Amino acid sequence: MSVRRLCPEQPASFAFTKENEAWAKQLVAKYPAGKQASAVIPLLWRAQEQFDGWLCEPAIRLVGDMLGMAYIRVYEIATFYTMFQLSPVGRKAHVQVCGTTPCMLRGSGDLIAVCKSRIAPKPHELSADGDYSWEEVECLGVCANAPMVQIWKDTYEDLTPELFEKVLDGFADGNPVKPGSQIGRQASSPQGGPTTLTDPALYDGSRAGKREISETATSGEVSLLQTDNSAKPEALSGPRDGKADDLKLISGVGPKLEETLNGLGIYHFDQIASWSKETANWVDTYLSFKGRIEREDWISQAKVLASGGETEFSARKANARDENENEA
Amino acid sequence: MLQDKDRIFLNLYGFHDAGLSGARVRGAWDNTKALIEKGHDWIIGEVKKSGLRGRGGAGFPTGLKWSFMPKDDPRPSYLVINADESEPGSCKDREILRHDPHLLIEGALLASFAMRAHTCYIYFRGEFIREREAFQRAVDEAYEARLIGQGNVHGWDLDLFVHHGAGAYICGEETALLESLEGRKGQPRLKPPFPAGCGLYGAPTTVNNVESIAVVPDILRRGGSWFAKLGKANNTGTKLFQISGHVEQPCVVEEEMAIPLRELIEKHAGGVRGGWDNLLTVIPGGSSVACLPTDVCGEITMDFDALSAAKSGLGTAAVIVMDKSTDIVKAIARISYFYKHESCGQCTPCREGTGWMWRVMERMAQGRAQKSEIDLLLKVSKQVEGQTICALGDAAAWPVQGLIRNFRHVIEERIDSYQAKSKSAQGDMDRAEFIEAAE
Repeated sequence: MSVRRLCPEQPASFAFTKENEAWAKQLVAKYPAGKQASAVIPLLWRAQEQFDGWLCEPAIRLVGDMLGMAYIRVYEIATFYTMFQLSPVGRKAHVQVCGTTPCMLRGSGDLIAVCKSRIAPKPHELSADGDYSWEEVECLGVCANAPMVQIWKDTYEDLTPELFEKVLDGFADGNPVKPGSQIGRQASSPQGGPTTLTDPALYDGSRAGKREISETATSGEVSLLQTDNSAKPEALSGPRDGKADDLKLISGVGPKLEETLNGLGIYHFDQIASWSKETANWVDTYLSFKGRIEREDWISQAKVLASGGETEFSARKANARDENENEA
Repeated sequence: MLQDKDRIFLNLYGFHDAGLSGARVRGAWDNTKALIEKGHDWIIGEVKKSGLRGRGGAGFPTGLKWSFMPKDDPRPSYLVINADESEPGSCKDREILRHDPHLLIEGALLASFAMRAHTCYIYFRGEFIREREAFQRAVDEAYEARLIGQGNVHGWDLDLFVHHGAGAYICGEETALLESLEGRKGQPRLKPPFPAGCGLYGAPTTVNNVESIAVVPDILRRGGSWFAKLGKANNTGTKLFQISGHVEQPCVVEEEMAIPLRELIEKHAGGVRGGWDNLLTVIPGGSSVACLPTDVCGEITMDFDALSAAKSGLGTAAVIVMDKSTDIVKAIARISYFYKHESCGQCTPCREGTGWMWRVMERMAQGRAQKSEIDLLLKVSKQVEGQTICALGDAAAWPVQGLIRNFRHVIEERIDSYQAKSKSAQGDMDRAEFIEAAE
């Protein structure tokens, strides 16, 4: 338990914006009739987000009125749940440093020292310019990337005091660093590369489509699962001569989609160029695209590209790349 | 070691597309309808056969829990998924929620169908904001593709709603979670009645952990017997382990249940910092369980039964490693502070006991205590354990008990050296007691 009280200085009134009011209506509809009190935490949270990151007393009353709850019940929620900030926080950043044992073992104490020297000696105090504040919080559930801080919605992980200073510099410049690991590892994978999930067969699509559907869906629309595997595109086990075409030159294909296509054993323009209508439909259904392949006319694009030609899109893309290289 | 082909969480680290098309390539949503057509009882039967035990910490058999739900009840039934991951050391659900959300959504459909529920709430911890956004995107995709929702292609209507808290560890306890979801302070309810009889809004409810639900589609596709063959009897399947603390490469990894602790740390986390001989202790299941004696760490396997036999627990399989540089008393005192901070204040032994234990632990970390207080602390911890509505009291007591059981000599040495340093040791003690009383 911790003692939490409202800030003595409060604004005269609080009202939700039009957008937030509309959002609140949708929110209440998630819960059964008469159970609208369920929406209290999300509503208070939205009020806090709207009011510069802290929850003021008029907002507590407003939420009580909106949900038909006694003010004291809403007040209880506001003081019980520690993510509700009951006094103003820094304008640019409110830093939540995780101080619980897994982070402590990896040096969260040093991060707290940075907060004390750079922001304010005590938690929940504003820095002299009012731009920053900090607090020590309990475990934020990012233990394999300890030590870490959360600022607004994002986490900054694998920190050292130096890296943490850089994160704060980013907020000072209005140009925050990329959230996540600050030492460049992917999520919680071991640094130096994963020790698992290296078998390419997991991602080549061979795990999908094993079960045949016997019944068709009852509704008028075509079931997404109603796939006829005879139209499945022919898959290569890898790119020919180890060199795949840049499928991103097809308008409509981004890096993620290219990866997915590679996963299906598709690496070359001529493979796509040779698709029949049925095959294109199969891929479209499989990716739940709703006709995008036809709309973007991948097949014609692929035909041009396979024969060594240029489409309007690929030419534009090649130009952009050249420009980038020149600048570099 | 678990082979890649037997892993369930194929996008654990987010190297691949977390969206629907990516999930389909990895085998999700593959003819889910055929699984539903096998019926409610078949699904519960397969989950029972798999031997799956709840992944949220307590290890209760999931299939059995599901079978407690009433079969024809005029009230609506609810599935509530507990994504309030807050146990210090645990960071597995986060990876599922943001990188493999479709496994959870598909699992939610199958589990809801098995328990005849048409509504499912997912309760996120408040701090998981980006995770919640990522998950909501996946839910929207699933609605859009009519995989869930009213009149979906699977023939079982399901509404799936994302809800969130605002920073309270206690809301991970299932009845506190329900209280919070109903719009109140997260204070646990007395049981019985259990949620299966009277849960959310007074209706039959089952609360399951994220990982427990997310493994269900794979269990049903590959068969309960596939899952049961992994691990060892009564401790089956795969498990997400989270390795933090003093290792070379902290990480989350999916491994076979009952993997030896040493193998887990050395194979995936790059070993203990400074080598295995530099190991002091391991907390194997999140902050709520006792730390292990150093020599046990080399032999123990990571499963429910072996760890509870060693007077600790698997918990959420959050492995917190500490090397010899660790001030173990301080490390456990910080855990005591955590429980003091997170006690909901409902039961007196916990509300008062957690604060009392923390203050004594802080003094012991400095050595500013009497040796007789060690036994007093142990005694008080036993008076908190088992005397409260929920398990938070137990969770606060066990780490302290583990410390005294395994590292009593460290506390005693600390007291000795403090007393030796202070010429007027007795005077200091009086002052310490005075401060204690003043607090």
